[in-house]
Amino acid sequence: MSTNSAQQSDSKSTAKRSSPNNDSTSSVSSLVVGVDVGGTFTDLFILDESTGQASIVKVPSTRGNESQGFMDALARMQPGNIKSSDDPIRRIKTIVHGTTVGTNALLERRVAKTGMITTRGFKDVLEMRRRDRPHTWGLRGEFKPIIPRHLRLEVDERVLADGTLHTPINKDQLTIAAQQLLENGCEAVCIFFINAFANKDNELTALDVIKSIWPNKFMTSAVQVLPEIREFERCSTAALNAVLQPVVGDYLNKLNGALRKAGFGGEFLIVQSNGGVMSLETAADMPFKTALSGPAAGVIACAEIAKSSGFTRVITGDMGGTSFDVSLIDERGASLASQTSVDFGLVIRSPMIQIETLGAGGGSVASVDSSKMLSVGPESAGSNPGPACYARGNLRPTVTDANVVLGRIASDRPLGGGLLKALDLSLAKQAIKDYVADPLGIDVVSAAEAILKIANSKMAGAIRLVSIEKGYDPREFTYMPFGGGGALHVCAIMREVGVKNSLIPRYPGVTSALGCVIADMRHDGVQTLNTTIEALDMGRVIELIRSISHGCHERLTQSGVKFVSVEEHLSMDMLYVGQTHTLSVNMREVFGEKNSKPNWDQLTKHHIKESFEQTYRTVFGRTLGNIGIKVLNLRFSVVGVRPKFDLKVLAPTQVHMPQSLGVQHVVHNGSTTQAVRYARLDLPIGISIQGPAILEQSDTTVWLEPGFSATVDQLGNLILTQNDT
Amino acid sequence: MQPHTTLSPSVETSPVDAVTLAVIKGRLEQIADEMDATLYRSAFNPIIAEAHDACHGIYDALSGDTLIQGKSGLPIFVGVMSFAVKLAQKVAHERGGMKPGDTWLFNDPYEGGTHANDFKLVRPFFRNGELFCFLASAAHWHDVGGAVPGNYNPGATECWQEAVQIPAVRIVKANELDQDVLAILIANTRLPSSLWGDLNAQLAALELGERRMNALLDEFKDSVIGSAMQELRRRACVLMRSEIAKIADGNYVFEDYLDNDGVDDVPLLIHLEMRIKGDQLTLDFSKTSPQCAGPVNISMATSVAACYVALKHLFPSVPANAGVLDAVEFIIPQGLVISASKPKPVGGYTETILRIIDVIFSATALADPNLAMAHAYGTINALSIAGHRTDEPRRGQRWVMFSFFGGGHGAHSGGDGLNHANAPISTATIPPLEILEATYPVRFTQWALRDHSAGEGQHKGGLGAIYEIELLEQSAEVFIFGERSKFPPKGIAGGKPGMLNIFEYENNGEFIKPKMGAKMQGIKLLRGERVRLSTPGGGGWGDPAKRSDLLKQQDAKHLATLADVLAKPQTKGEAL
Repeated sequence: MSTNSAQQSDSKSTAKRSSPNNDSTSSVSSLVVGVDVGGTFTDLFILDESTGQASIVKVPSTRGNESQGFMDALARMQPGNIKSSDDPIRRIKTIVHGTTVGTNALLERRVAKTGMITTRGFKDVLEMRRRDRPHTWGLRGEFKPIIPRHLRLEVDERVLADGTLHTPINKDQLTIAAQQLLENGCEAVCIFFINAFANKDNELTALDVIKSIWPNKFMTSAVQVLPEIREFERCSTAALNAVLQPVVGDYLNKLNGALRKAGFGGEFLIVQSNGGVMSLETAADMPFKTALSGPAAGVIACAEIAKSSGFTRVITGDMGGTSFDVSLIDERGASLASQTSVDFGLVIRSPMIQIETLGAGGGSVASVDSSKMLSVGPESAGSNPGPACYARGNLRPTVTDANVVLGRIASDRPLGGGLLKALDLSLAKQAIKDYVADPLGIDVVSAAEAILKIANSKMAGAIRLVSIEKGYDPREFTYMPFGGGGALHVCAIMREVGVKNSLIPRYPGVTSALGCVIADMRHDGVQTLNTTIEALDMGRVIELIRSISHGCHERLTQSGVKFVSVEEHLSMDMLYVGQTHTLSVNMREVFGEKNSKPNWDQLTKHHIKESFEQTYRTVFGRTLGNIGIKVLNLRFSVVGVRPKFDLKVLAPTQVHMPQSLGVQHVVHNGSTTQAVRYARLDLPIGISIQGPAILEQSDTTVWLEPGFSATVDQLGNLILTQNDT
Repeated sequence: MQPHTTLSPSVETSPVDAVTLAVIKGRLEQIADEMDATLYRSAFNPIIAEAHDACHGIYDALSGDTLIQGKSGLPIFVGVMSFAVKLAQKVAHERGGMKPGDTWLFNDPYEGGTHANDFKLVRPFFRNGELFCFLASAAHWHDVGGAVPGNYNPGATECWQEAVQIPAVRIVKANELDQDVLAILIANTRLPSSLWGDLNAQLAALELGERRMNALLDEFKDSVIGSAMQELRRRACVLMRSEIAKIADGNYVFEDYLDNDGVDDVPLLIHLEMRIKGDQLTLDFSKTSPQCAGPVNISMATSVAACYVALKHLFPSVPANAGVLDAVEFIIPQGLVISASKPKPVGGYTETILRIIDVIFSATALADPNLAMAHAYGTINALSIAGHRTDEPRRGQRWVMFSFFGGGHGAHSGGDGLNHANAPISTATIPPLEILEATYPVRFTQWALRDHSAGEGQHKGGLGAIYEIELLEQSAEVFIFGERSKFPPKGIAGGKPGMLNIFEYENNGEFIKPKMGAKMQGIKLLRGERVRLSTPGGGGWGDPAKRSDLLKQQDAKHLATLADVLAKPQTKGEAL
């Protein structure tokens, strides 16, 4: 840290924008602010469009009352050279927020009392899950459904899988059920009917009836949230949405109220798990879309930064306190996943940025078992009590302790945005001695190096797996570490994986906040078709596309946000008849590639078939000839492209090589090396630093090993390469 | 390679330092994991791609023993694969030995373990002209001939009625795919493209494993990796022994029964005497019933693998290699229901494996109730409903709905068992009922937790389920292959048993139970008639009287439903 204050703001004025935006921005509202509220820190990235200056703020998060940390951070904003009389909050044009409020509420079960009304015979769908278990080995573990069983009520109604009405909805039962739930103190209600994806009538009728009884707007219809086949996934997604509506709605309303009171008059947007933004109203209505809000923004930022620096294939690694999150970006952008589990059995199905999580963070605990095998993680000391060197009661050694003992983190200059004034080197040494060095009969420094070796090996493994699962060779990718701890391990990961380049963004510790500023607005729609191409009613398909498209465009319009352009994407989940594993087939390649807004009315079965076969060939190397082809789901998304700022505003203005900050003793491969210390942000464009070196900035430390060099590129990013040996 | 036969009890003499060893361990596991990932990504059939019914590993050049196993493969394979490698070694020995560039393939379940759907591929890995280790891949192929599609034939009395029998042959010779062998395989499946895709995916996984092994050996010295592999095995044995030593010495006897073999309605005894002396564990199954006519037999290889699964559940931190079994002595005489030989049918192998796991849990509980779990539901309940479409334009098309169903897990010292979970030998999930209804002419009338099905106890078992399925076509034929319809899952440490497995089918308005319990084929079902499967919950743990008041209140709440009264139609405003 460059300062020792526990709550500090760190404003770094940067270069004037080289290409000012065309629309004249009033100086009164020229700030775009990305706010990422994570588990430990609340980060701000502030872009002043009138001056082209960017700055960052990092303050501790206030868990349980997140809006407090949010407002604290805003109060510490000092964008550029504004007069102190100017109230920065009044100058904000746009706030884009990445939030984990919903996810935390689910993990801690601080959610609204909620009832469910469902088809007779199926009240247990939510609790039966997909017949899985939390751990492969051990047969221990439990599951508490987010809506308890006695609040899940059944009514007579039934639709068959092909949409045929089997039993009409019994409105009397419905009314009684809703009243019972209200009498029992339910604040929210979720309606989930079997096969509603094929025929929504019963469920929507039920929603209408409930609307006439329910005293608030906390009503979720599962088929409106996700009109997709797979009852558990739809039921779970809807249930999580229902229990979160009051929680997230309340949080956002409070926050919005506080912001408006403080004089904020701009637009307020929330980042979704798919990496796009949505309006406050949509977020309050569909809070399940915030599950990966912050992490997704980080990946979006990486994609944009990498593209601007000329890299198309990137693997990102976000190393935090408890985990290491890996994502993959290729020519088509960040990889998407179809669902995630917030916790065992808490499934959210919705298109989202694919983020694979490994239990290897700064707080991961090292241990030695009774056969004297050393392992690191997945157990973590987290950020509280945190590593042994935090001196908050944890006596077991962590990855951070190893970094401190080896001199990669100077104990008087700790990571972590100034939460701690100093780290206790002696406690770190003691922990490593007691739990690793002594049991293995080696010295403390070797033990510390061993801990890092194991941790790096695990992280490299996660990177390899993520790329192999997509059919890629990881060595063809650029590695992009971010988060507080990523840059400490970057050279080790490069060696282990064999990647040629790494890119360390200019502000690695606030990447998610930066991503908030960059993200486009995106809305998705899905509808299960479950029909062979032959039997497709193209009239109906086109009608469906129109209707989903209309809904998405409406949300875009209602948000009031100005877009540079609007793009549409159509894809289908398809498979050969007899398979159950679907392939996501993008229609753009064959149909309407050139237009951002193709005329979907022209879509034909031929386009669909050709798109499928092309994709199948790419993935499996062949097609299967004359077997029938089925379309399971139709997916449509509309992207409102927000004005991009030129990342050059982040580039350094200095032209001269700064003085070094001195020398730091770092242990590397068993011997102590003299690493030269630099203030990373002061390094001018084009300069190249040879390892061993320590590059410091407020939100992270880069450990440049001997044999590696780091060059500052045009945007102020560091490009690392391994020297030829 | 160093011979592994002498197991030094001293850890300090390790030729590879502790840190390098830990790194190499991670790298070797990574190779197996990457082989898994390669297969899942490119396999055609969903049993592999989605249910991950597959496995990869690295095996000892001399003994064929497991050295490294991937983490995401099916649990039961973890123990079985070394037998597959040993079989390939034996056959190769008779035919000129293992040669570089060959890959052996077979589905022999007797020496190679599990059942005939599982095709095992074994590839010798040579380094500088010498055999260094084996790489192997196992995966469940969708259809491999036999009397019924999918190969779960409850009426089989010989292996040929179950599936085509492929002995160990070279599918790849000197890195060339053998088109003759391929032609035989393709001719013996109802789904040739699926088989071709899955085989290709397995070959690709082995090729990747070979590349990764070479890279690893280039990075470290061959001798270092060789020593590390043996050292990992030795340490797994040390770890396992240290766990065994914590259990009180003694002889712990537990027995349980299989309902019958589906042919004769006679219970089959699974008898275990577990002997613990110091750090040595002996599992003696000698008093178990002899092999039987129907398909609940399993081979010795499968039995040892089942024991491994049980031990790995009891001690989740022990690694997946042969060192674990070095600490265990098995007494399993030939010719038992758990050591059957060809041509005894073995298609229902899952049921017998589950019973072996149950008796190991119960015997362990006698020694240390805090260590063991009570019995899980203990049956896979393979249910098939099949017929021909009568609607246009599908008239005459054959359809087969085949699936396995879930039940409750056993309670344990740490808490209640999990409701509606998957079997201990598998990590497969159940297909969504909406997918089943969209694909087959059936309608589920119930998909629910089965109240009271779990064993009572200080900690309760997990609940089983009720699945009720109505036929929407003119007619269909049903078969069921399940267990636990006569002997329920047991509790431990004073916990009570779960409920029995009940299968029923509707006939002229009446629900009928098969004589054999949960085994029957040729059941005729007409439009509107239903089958109902009520699966067992898990056993309880500890004295039910000791269950806390808070938990009892929660139990009562879980049972009660506000709208139970709504089952009868009511009019608005009626008092509840």
